[in-house]
Amino acid sequence: MSASQPVEMDSLFGDYPLDQAFDEMREGGGELRPHYRALAETLAGLPPEELQRRKQSADLSFLTQGITFTVYGRDEGTERIFPYDLLPRLVTAAEWDRIERGLTQRITALNEFLRDIYSDAKILNDRVIPRELVYSCKHYRRQMRGLTVPRNVYIAVVGSDLLRLNTGEFVVLEDNLRVPSGVSYMLTNRRVMKRTFPQLFSSYGVRPIEHNPQLLLATLRSLAPEGRPEPNIVVLTPGVFNSAYFEHTYLARQMGIDLVEGRDLVTHDNIVYMRTTDGLKRVDVIYRRVDDDFSDPLIFRGDSSLGCAGLFNAYRAGNVTVTNAFGTGLADDKAVYAYVPRIIRYYLNEDPILNNVETYLLTEDKERMHVLANLDKLVVKAVGESGGYGMLIGPHSTARQREEFARQIEANPRNYIAQPTLDFSRAPCLIGNRLEPRHVDLRPYVLFGDKVNIVPGGLTRVALEKGSLVVNSSQGGGSKDTWVLES
Amino acid sequence: MLARVGDSLYWMSRYLERAENTVRQLDVTMGLMLDTSDTSAETRWRRMMTALGKVSGMEWNGDMDAMASRLVFDSLNPASVTFCVNGARENARQVREEISSEQWQRLNRLYHQMHSPHAQAQFRTSINDFLASIIDGIHLFKGVSDTTMIHGQGWQFIRLGRYLERAYATATLLEVYQPELFEEQEVDNSGYHYLELVGLLRCCTSFEAYCQVYTADLSPARILEFLLLNRDFPHAIRYCVDGIRHAIESIQRTGGRRPPDELTAVIGRLHAMLGYTNIGEILGGDTAAFLHNIREQSMRVHELIYRYYVHYSIQSALAV
Repeated sequence: MSASQPVEMDSLFGDYPLDQAFDEMREGGGELRPHYRALAETLAGLPPEELQRRKQSADLSFLTQGITFTVYGRDEGTERIFPYDLLPRLVTAAEWDRIERGLTQRITALNEFLRDIYSDAKILNDRVIPRELVYSCKHYRRQMRGLTVPRNVYIAVVGSDLLRLNTGEFVVLEDNLRVPSGVSYMLTNRRVMKRTFPQLFSSYGVRPIEHNPQLLLATLRSLAPEGRPEPNIVVLTPGVFNSAYFEHTYLARQMGIDLVEGRDLVTHDNIVYMRTTDGLKRVDVIYRRVDDDFSDPLIFRGDSSLGCAGLFNAYRAGNVTVTNAFGTGLADDKAVYAYVPRIIRYYLNEDPILNNVETYLLTEDKERMHVLANLDKLVVKAVGESGGYGMLIGPHSTARQREEFARQIEANPRNYIAQPTLDFSRAPCLIGNRLEPRHVDLRPYVLFGDKVNIVPGGLTRVALEKGSLVVNSSQGGGSKDTWVLES
Repeated sequence: MLARVGDSLYWMSRYLERAENTVRQLDVTMGLMLDTSDTSAETRWRRMMTALGKVSGMEWNGDMDAMASRLVFDSLNPASVTFCVNGARENARQVREEISSEQWQRLNRLYHQMHSPHAQAQFRTSINDFLASIIDGIHLFKGVSDTTMIHGQGWQFIRLGRYLERAYATATLLEVYQPELFEEQEVDNSGYHYLELVGLLRCCTSFEAYCQVYTADLSPARILEFLLLNRDFPHAIRYCVDGIRHAIESIQRTGGRRPPDELTAVIGRLHAMLGYTNIGEILGGDTAAFLHNIREQSMRVHELIYRYYVHYSIQSALAV
């Protein structure tokens, strides 16, 4: 630590390890990065009791807002607040600019890819991607072939996960093109942070994100079927038992539209209606937070009661817009992911602005041999899973787990990919009264209607366990507010 | 508004009204037990259980504090305050997008207060303070509802639930008290009878309002007149029926569907029963039957609201 820093900083930092991983706050030599200086000085100037008081007040705010999740397995569901860290993660204007351009490019290309695959499949005829890789994807929906979707937009709402490597470069770890969640935590984190550190927030010049729901509404409206100038737009939720239910209600309320469940909907003559206190009312646009599989028991899983029978036919008839479209999971399949740089070049004739993480395809013999020989150093992921499930983290695994994965890979190589274990960046978190570094990622939220819109920021997810690399909320992760700075 | 949402708002409101009623009756009953009258604790408890709608699973065991604690905290018994608060919150949670953040936070605070690990200890330390704080929480919720929510269909469903529950509960209470109020002929100057009457009024938060209208001169006939027929006091049944009528009218006005004749008829009949009569007529006839009839008609209103606004058939809705 450099000598110019005040004494309080020493007690604040205590033992704050730096190693080869990129630290968001401090440079390799220990000195503060310039944009983190004001934050560190503010924290150092606060008595520990005051910091704890603010933490408690923020906790209470999350609790009374009902931003909780339920811990099952006891007599009565116990509610806990969604874990979060009190300190903001800072992103400079230049860093953000690159992320924004990179994601715009990437999402544009992925949307074009979906349109192509579900129509002429030129990219397959040109042999840029193996035909079998696409058609063997479990999220490929044959029912979507030959269907024109409004404005050719398949993926209106996207959340892509970015990591920062030890070079400081942001890379894309995965795209979430089905029903990405977390945007409500981004918005509520901001609200709480503004109350917790008002002066600091105002002195930093943070770009606003609060208009996200309004942009989402405009995006949904722009996708309404032809001839419906005053579209009735709804959010479709699986219901109160879904872990993201808070978010569904939050978004519906912020947009001022109805939150419907499958049981509120009926179809008649290929038109979707919702049951209201005034009788049936036609529905024009559905922002769907229910997976493909559960959306329509006539077309997809017949045992699902979460969807609406007849929805898909109404959709095919063009009488209702459902977004994201069905079958978009094809483009966030982890094996297809490996081809995204090629997809970008193929459709846009540009080099990718944001790179992928190096990925081994296990269907290729040579790559599979290499992976099987190095399972203890790599991360293996099932291609169709998300949320940190179906994953092997080599360095943290047991010999038995590795054997199990090796067997599964041999049995079904298409179902897995492998990536190097990434030493991604760490940001300071408030642990007790001290700052300690924890691994973070960044999930910005991309909206695609008339054009691509990304509010400056996103959800920074934190692996709150010391040394952990897993940021998923289902597995001990938390979140942080993300401040994208004006300059 | 979605039919399911109307349903949830209606029940959220009914559950809270029910919780408030239970808390108030418990508070009054415990207060009355402090005085050594002839009425035994067990009799009082049983009377309260009947007034709360023939509660089962709460048989008197001789320990008032333990019984009170069960009535407040036994979340498995549908009569308990906790059960009602849980029900209200669960309904609110399912229509989170329809109610204001202020409403949700207020209700959520009440819920967490009931479920706090310290709740039972606080209850034991001072039952009165605890009960008062629950009522405060419910009152705050109602105030916040009135000031932060659009007074549209959703708000009307909340009013509908509140007034229907209240009319029903008050009619039940009067039905239970009615025999002893009017069958006691000899003049009782011991003061215990007076306390009973005050207790009945306080069960409906109406002691002070009664005094403003009739002075502190308590008589069973006047009390009945006040709680049944007063048009300006929010806990009087007539006021509640007017509230139900306005809520339905307003729902129909904003919805643009023709009111079903049956619903209009039942509400009209209730309104006429209370609006075009006087206490002499009621006492001259079969008072118990009169009170019972009010309950029956309220139930009928509930059923028709369901049939018309919530569980209607798709075929009939398509035909419109």
